[in-house]
Amino acid sequence: MTEKMEISAKFDPQFGEQELDLLNRLSNALAVSGDEQEVRAIVYEELKEFEDNMHTDAMGNVLVTRKGSDPERIRVMIAAHMDEVGLMLFKEDGDGLFEFKVIGGVDPRQLVGKPVIIGRDHVPGVIGAKAIHLTTKEEREQVLKVESLRVDVGLGGSKLVNIGDRATFATSLAVLGPSLRGKALDDRLGVFNLIQLLKNAPENIDLLAAFTVQEELGLRGAKVAAYHFNPDIGLAMDSTPANDMPDFDGEPVSSYNTKLDGGPAIYLMDGATIGDHRLVKWLTETADAEGIPWQYRQPGKGGTDAGSIHKTRSGVPSVSVSVPQRYLHSAAGMVRIADELNTLKLMHAALSRLDKTIINPQERN
Amino acid sequence: METTTNKNETFQNLLQTLVETPGPSGSEHLIRQKIEQEVREFADEIYTDALGNLIVRKDSKGEGGKRVMVSAHVDEIGLMVTHIDDNGFARFIMIGGVSPYTCLGGRVLFMNGTQGVIGLERLDKDEKPSLEKMFIDTGATSKEDCKISVGDVCGFERPFLDLGKRLVAKSMDDRVAVAVAIEALKRIEITPNEIFFVFSVQEEVGIRGAITAAYGVDPEVGIAVDVTRTGDTPKSNKMEVALGKGPAIKVRDSSFIADPKVVNWMVREAKEQGMPYQMEVLEAGGTDGAAIQRTRAGVPAGCLSIPCRYIHSPSEMVDREDLEHSVSLLSALLSKGIQL
Amino acid sequence: MSFELLPFLKSMISVAGLSGYEDPIRDVVVPVWKDLSDHTWINSHGGLHAIRYGSGPEPRPKVMIAAHMDAIGLMVTGIDQGFLRITQVGGVDPRILPGQMVTVHATNTGFTAELPAMVVMPAAHLLPKDAKSGPLPQKYLLVDTGLHPDEVERLVRVGDVISFATEPRELSGETISGHTLDNRASVAATTVALDLLSRRKHLWDVIAIATAQEEVGGIGAMGSAFDIMPDFAIVIDVTFANGPGGGGMGNFDLGKTVPLTWGACDHPALYNAMKATADEYEIPVTRDFSPSGSGTDAWDVQVAQAGIPVVELGIPLRYMHTPVEVVSIKDIKRAGRLMAEFISDLPLDFMNTVKWE
Repeated sequence: MTEKMEISAKFDPQFGEQELDLLNRLSNALAVSGDEQEVRAIVYEELKEFEDNMHTDAMGNVLVTRKGSDPERIRVMIAAHMDEVGLMLFKEDGDGLFEFKVIGGVDPRQLVGKPVIIGRDHVPGVIGAKAIHLTTKEEREQVLKVESLRVDVGLGGSKLVNIGDRATFATSLAVLGPSLRGKALDDRLGVFNLIQLLKNAPENIDLLAAFTVQEELGLRGAKVAAYHFNPDIGLAMDSTPANDMPDFDGEPVSSYNTKLDGGPAIYLMDGATIGDHRLVKWLTETADAEGIPWQYRQPGKGGTDAGSIHKTRSGVPSVSVSVPQRYLHSAAGMVRIADELNTLKLMHAALSRLDKTIINPQERN
Repeated sequence: METTTNKNETFQNLLQTLVETPGPSGSEHLIRQKIEQEVREFADEIYTDALGNLIVRKDSKGEGGKRVMVSAHVDEIGLMVTHIDDNGFARFIMIGGVSPYTCLGGRVLFMNGTQGVIGLERLDKDEKPSLEKMFIDTGATSKEDCKISVGDVCGFERPFLDLGKRLVAKSMDDRVAVAVAIEALKRIEITPNEIFFVFSVQEEVGIRGAITAAYGVDPEVGIAVDVTRTGDTPKSNKMEVALGKGPAIKVRDSSFIADPKVVNWMVREAKEQGMPYQMEVLEAGGTDGAAIQRTRAGVPAGCLSIPCRYIHSPSEMVDREDLEHSVSLLSALLSKGIQL
Repeated sequence: MSFELLPFLKSMISVAGLSGYEDPIRDVVVPVWKDLSDHTWINSHGGLHAIRYGSGPEPRPKVMIAAHMDAIGLMVTGIDQGFLRITQVGGVDPRILPGQMVTVHATNTGFTAELPAMVVMPAAHLLPKDAKSGPLPQKYLLVDTGLHPDEVERLVRVGDVISFATEPRELSGETISGHTLDNRASVAATTVALDLLSRRKHLWDVIAIATAQEEVGGIGAMGSAFDIMPDFAIVIDVTFANGPGGGGMGNFDLGKTVPLTWGACDHPALYNAMKATADEYEIPVTRDFSPSGSGTDAWDVQVAQAGIPVVELGIPLRYMHTPVEVVSIKDIKRAGRLMAEFISDLPLDFMNTVKWE
């Protein structure tokens, strides 16, 4: 990585009305793994200026190429996944009642007593729970199994939804002081950031943007997107848990994964990828140079699209950066707006100072 | 002139150097350097790929020859620091499959040279030890004077033991295979095959290096060289493979079913060499062979297994003669035309 | 040679052909497929490929049909006083094993000896405490060939495969039972399709593949898909039928319908097109839900290279992964017919309609 690159355009992302509106649309869109159409449509709308360099592939990934102008430019693939965890209705069980299956990693305990939205029209429904008056103490000590739960769309509601429709929590995005609360912030924040990066891409790179599908089912969309792009390096922009809550007995917490207000989380190692050391260093050094707060995402389990990207063809050095989020994969997650903006800032600054020397073998360790 | 004793000594010295070099998955730079020094003069082509696999080509394809990929992984299991507390104790997760039982009372060596011991929290009655209840003590008295930080990587530390017939060290998995592959590489003089020796990375975390190396090499046949368990210790899991009975020809493990054509080719050669060999079925485990098999449009692949006791402990044991026979078998297989 | 479904199916489920060791089943399919195609070949994993060239002008689009031919079974892990210790190849519930008739394919002499044998449970007093009651874990089961130990040592070696020896039997209502109807029923259906296509015009190239090693991880399908990269792929595999131990998500009665899969592996446009064809030809179809993807070749075919759109058909089957699986012959014929009609109706520009919203 050379020092010669000046940040050509000062990129200072703000959180104004336009940004909030886009995030609203993204977070509130219903796009469960396997049916990402709603977010795909938003991406196409936002990136109209790229329509000649944009297509949807066999699995539904949206692939956008933004070429730089520097003759020595490096080809960077960035993936952000469009899909969220949710449900699929698969059997009618009485008037307006549906049995369902869970798609992706949703804790079944998060489902009970929640409002949901179903299908293209966001038909409202609920996942009910037995009235407490009617339960016994023993019953209340058992976790409710998914098989016993139903989505209730109301009387005659069967006409409004189809079996096979996907559904998810009916949470709307809200600003809570310094925080954003909403569903599917994993990974609509990544989608948002990737859109911004495309619109403000520096000239020293070819930005190969992959809005991927089926990440929650095993990083599947990224596999074919990376094969198509065949990049020099790969990045996944995702969201990761922040378990920075108090221990009940007041014990010091050593497994928090990330902390809110700690800035973008840079991955060393998760369950799917060991981050390339050179790329990790590139990100941390950029953050320090730009005065952007950052943290390591604690080495641990889980995975991002980088897990597929780095194993593509004969290998692609890859790394992941995420926005810390509390309560992932539940009805509503919580992020700090500052962490989100700092993630975007870091990404832009890092991309701007990138060139091919980053993957020089001599630079390795 | 090199006598057999000298040759054995050289091989043993090489093996000892290899097992003692730290290098868990993702941090293979030191071991890669050692290997490169050792093989450079015997290589027709040598390069490192995007993920850090060291790839050595020997020879080009001749009449009746095939492009063969031989894969031995250079990474070992280890630990990565996740947190340093105020008193300088380090919490960690495993790199690759680490059993909590092998950590008890263990010593570790970090890539930056720092050493430490593994401690355990007090356990409730009937509670089993787990990695979450352990920590590494480097002798620091506070976070500030602790010489390691989040993300630092260590391997287990235990001295090499020569027990005569048997050799013991940590990381025989898979450095013993690396030594065998290097020795075969040196011995092969004439061959009709184009042989790619891949010293692969990140096998312990999911055969990742072999996946990309195999794609790049695009071989017609693949042989992984790795260790396998034995069933010859008191009340072990039942398994026919035993130390001292010769190299094991893998029929299957949990990651793949070796191509029967490759298995039979290996058996035929072992019989022709008049050497002892064993058939291996492992109801666990995985090796680079699975990665090679799944490459592109598919590759016939198998695995030459070196019997090893106490795998993934700091005291893995192999048999000296098994190693010699493994080198002979591998060299013989690679030196002739391949009829599958 | 004209193709007759029932004898062909019976011959397929009378041979072994375990994952990785598919020669015996392939040998049964080769002559039949050779007859119904322009060219056949075998790839590095032993998968059988057969291509029927279409009548459209070159370059022609191509569709691939994948039906796995490998069987689940057992493998010898050790020989103990003439008894064989075993492990599984593919997913076998150990509870169905005691008393099963099997065949040991013994290769220690260099030739294969087919040894009739059976799976046996040792008496309780010969086992550790934890095995005295409840289902016997597989590691305690043995296989008895009836031969003396020295003969067993001579003939059998570690790694030899063991297949189920259950004979095919026709049951009432045009149903048939036997081992490995998962997935040779689909190979049969694919053959029905090839036979019908030989009597119809089709513009597209059709490549039928009897894939290898599906039961141990979709190995055959991923390699074939990478190699061929068709415009789209049809995957046909068995699915769960109603009956004892059935139900749940799969509510397919035997003999009533062709399940079409809906989920992460299946392109909605292909699903809709296949359904439209079924409606046109009055072939009953029902949606088979696999929200997170199915445990079939489709999972690996879909992500080959830069991706392949997939549609999946099913054949309802009772008692999956036992040696007494049951399917309806009608279901096999229907699935084969649906594929044939769909393929023969494909216009050259069909892929223009296979788009994501």
